[in-house]
Amino acid sequence: MMNSNTIKLLSTLGLSAVIAACSQAPQLSFQDAFRQSLETAKPGDVITVPEGTFAFDRSLILNADGVTIRGQGMGKSILSFKGQVAGAEGLSVSANDFTIEDLAIEDTIGDALKVNEGNNIVIRRVRTEWTNGPDVNNGAYGIYPVQTTNILLEGNVAIAASDAGIYVGQSKQIIVRNNRAEFNVAGIEIENSIGADVYQNTTNNNTGGILVFNMPHITQRGYATRVFDNDVNNNNTANFAAPGTAVSGVPAGSGVMVNSNDQVEIFNNRIADNNTANIVISSYFSANYAGQQELAAEFDPYPEEILIYDNTFSGGGTTPGFDYLVEIRDAIYGVDGAFPDIIWDGIIDPNKAEEKQVICVDNGDAQLLSVDAANEFKGAGVDMQKYDCTVAKLAPIELASN
Amino acid sequence: MSTIKALVAGLCASILVGCGQGEVKHFDANEYPQALSDWGIIELQGTQLKVNDSAVVYELNTALFSDYALKLRTVFMPVGESANYHPSETFDMPVGSIISKTFFYPKDSEGRLLTTNTWQGDPKEVSTSNHHLVETRLLVKQTGGWDAISYIWQGQEAYLSITGKLQRLTLANNKQLNYLIPSRNQCASCHATNHTTKTIRPIGIKARHLNRASNLYQANQLTHWQSKGMLQGVTRPVEANALWNDESASIKHRARSYLDINCGHCHNAEGAADTSGLLLDYEDHPKSAMGYCKPPVAAGSGTGGRLYSIVPGHPAQSILSFRLDTDNPAMMMPELGRSLIHKEGVELVSAWIAELEGECI
Repeated sequence: MMNSNTIKLLSTLGLSAVIAACSQAPQLSFQDAFRQSLETAKPGDVITVPEGTFAFDRSLILNADGVTIRGQGMGKSILSFKGQVAGAEGLSVSANDFTIEDLAIEDTIGDALKVNEGNNIVIRRVRTEWTNGPDVNNGAYGIYPVQTTNILLEGNVAIAASDAGIYVGQSKQIIVRNNRAEFNVAGIEIENSIGADVYQNTTNNNTGGILVFNMPHITQRGYATRVFDNDVNNNNTANFAAPGTAVSGVPAGSGVMVNSNDQVEIFNNRIADNNTANIVISSYFSANYAGQQELAAEFDPYPEEILIYDNTFSGGGTTPGFDYLVEIRDAIYGVDGAFPDIIWDGIIDPNKAEEKQVICVDNGDAQLLSVDAANEFKGAGVDMQKYDCTVAKLAPIELASN
Repeated sequence: MSTIKALVAGLCASILVGCGQGEVKHFDANEYPQALSDWGIIELQGTQLKVNDSAVVYELNTALFSDYALKLRTVFMPVGESANYHPSETFDMPVGSIISKTFFYPKDSEGRLLTTNTWQGDPKEVSTSNHHLVETRLLVKQTGGWDAISYIWQGQEAYLSITGKLQRLTLANNKQLNYLIPSRNQCASCHATNHTTKTIRPIGIKARHLNRASNLYQANQLTHWQSKGMLQGVTRPVEANALWNDESASIKHRARSYLDINCGHCHNAEGAADTSGLLLDYEDHPKSAMGYCKPPVAAGSGTGGRLYSIVPGHPAQSILSFRLDTDNPAMMMPELGRSLIHKEGVELVSAWIAELEGECI
């Protein structure tokens, strides 16, 4: 009689023979091999995606630090999630020292690329797209790093997200440059983040072009964002966000929008033909989303130290995206008139320190209209002397090298 | 090929009968065996699922909903070693511990899966003649911490799967079920309950989940573990979650228990979903953090068009109810682990919201 060890050994051998004999294909499909690489990744791994369109019916997930995913180009290496039935993202990453470049993620049922917690993140020349165009049923976010530090997003293309094409949430030390975001609700959104440089991007044909927001109920309050050298045109796409989301309160026709955020510098941009206004500044109270009554004591709902200078404006302000804004426009500028380049809800902190500036504008003959939302719009008007002030400029973001 | 397969299958069947009550074996992370039976924890003998005598079967109070699958849970600790009790955290367990969870369904005469639960937790009643085994997940305590792996049942054996699998199963109502067997990284998505340290931990091995009578051992489980020398340092009183369907418990306790086990592994102050600011574990949090009149942060279409996580008195206006009551992967919660709606769970959480008082302006 065989002893049990021999039997075990035999059994193991036998089973591996079965497994080998039963494997259906002599080699793994790219999809299976790719998933296997992600699941077993080790620091230093470079996982490549060849040219081709590869269909996935469930989300991909990577947890290992120090991994690079590299395709052959955003038009050549395509991960397609059309018909996805499981998982809330296309690719979900939770890792440090992560780089992804030169591929596309299409038609995910939820977010396309989510990076949740990680330091030293590079997302470069990645396209995220819902190929059917704007639709409330598209996934919320295209490129979605959250709770990350030291992050570079460059050369990406984000199209038709039902929330933000490129969304950086609750992060620190951020550079977003040379990206193109179009036909999203929000083109680029920086939310509850500290230290972001957003430059040389093209954000056209979204509902709102570039958003700098703070939301309550989140432990990190955002501040210090520079938005410069961007092209922000024709962001007049009807808002197709799900009701109840923060961006569902963005009026179509918003170029650059600041909500409840502090120390935001907007300069050297080319901003044109955004039909609510080329720049919109608002407090949490007029953000038109819910939850206004129970703000935590530590949440600061007022935008402060907003600095606007040297932008090139043209057009815009002709068809404000909300009825109450249309009424104000009609009352002040007439039905054929237009808002000036900058509008602001005019709501300030009643306890604000005297020396603290709210908005400073040094932008040629560009005008800022306060709609005086706190007083039923009674004091709506332009008084540029109020905005003749200065705020210390922010230092450029320098990323730590990997 | 089929000859080889038949030969090997026959060989395996005879071996399996022979090696029924061997020792539980431990494997290092780089040498996990392809066959589940190599661990010695759980295996099929003929049509009968057999648990090693040195492993203890346990149950939770309210458990995670997993598409109505039934789950057989076992815990094994090396001889002479024991877990250290903690009043609120996962018990600290010795290296060499192995936790198993086998997912299975009762099936009808045509092999279609039933979603009715009449099982009382005795593994002796689990036979493949009237049950379909899907997968067995293991949590293995290595010197470096817990490791999570999954084995997929195929005939008489379950085989290691790193990448997971989407299995299309047929229910008794002829509905198709896209059952997701998690990949290794997906295991970590839920079991890294602290998403910053990313340390994998068992979720159910907590006092509040284990503190219940065992049908199998006719004793309170914690007392039973103590008497077997598996648990030390217990301080009483011990918290206990409710059984979600125990009508003798309050709706509030049942609903909080349900949210704790179904949502709290991510929606806790250190979890993957702390990004949302919504905390659903059974700790005391400010009301807004628990969802009262709290607007969503990044829910996308998961809002269902609703404004707040919880609108007291109004489940039909609450995002929480909506996300439980959908099977769309972009909108549903939890994000992983189900493809069906747990109607009874939705009803419980909605009943709780309905009895809450307050108003969102």
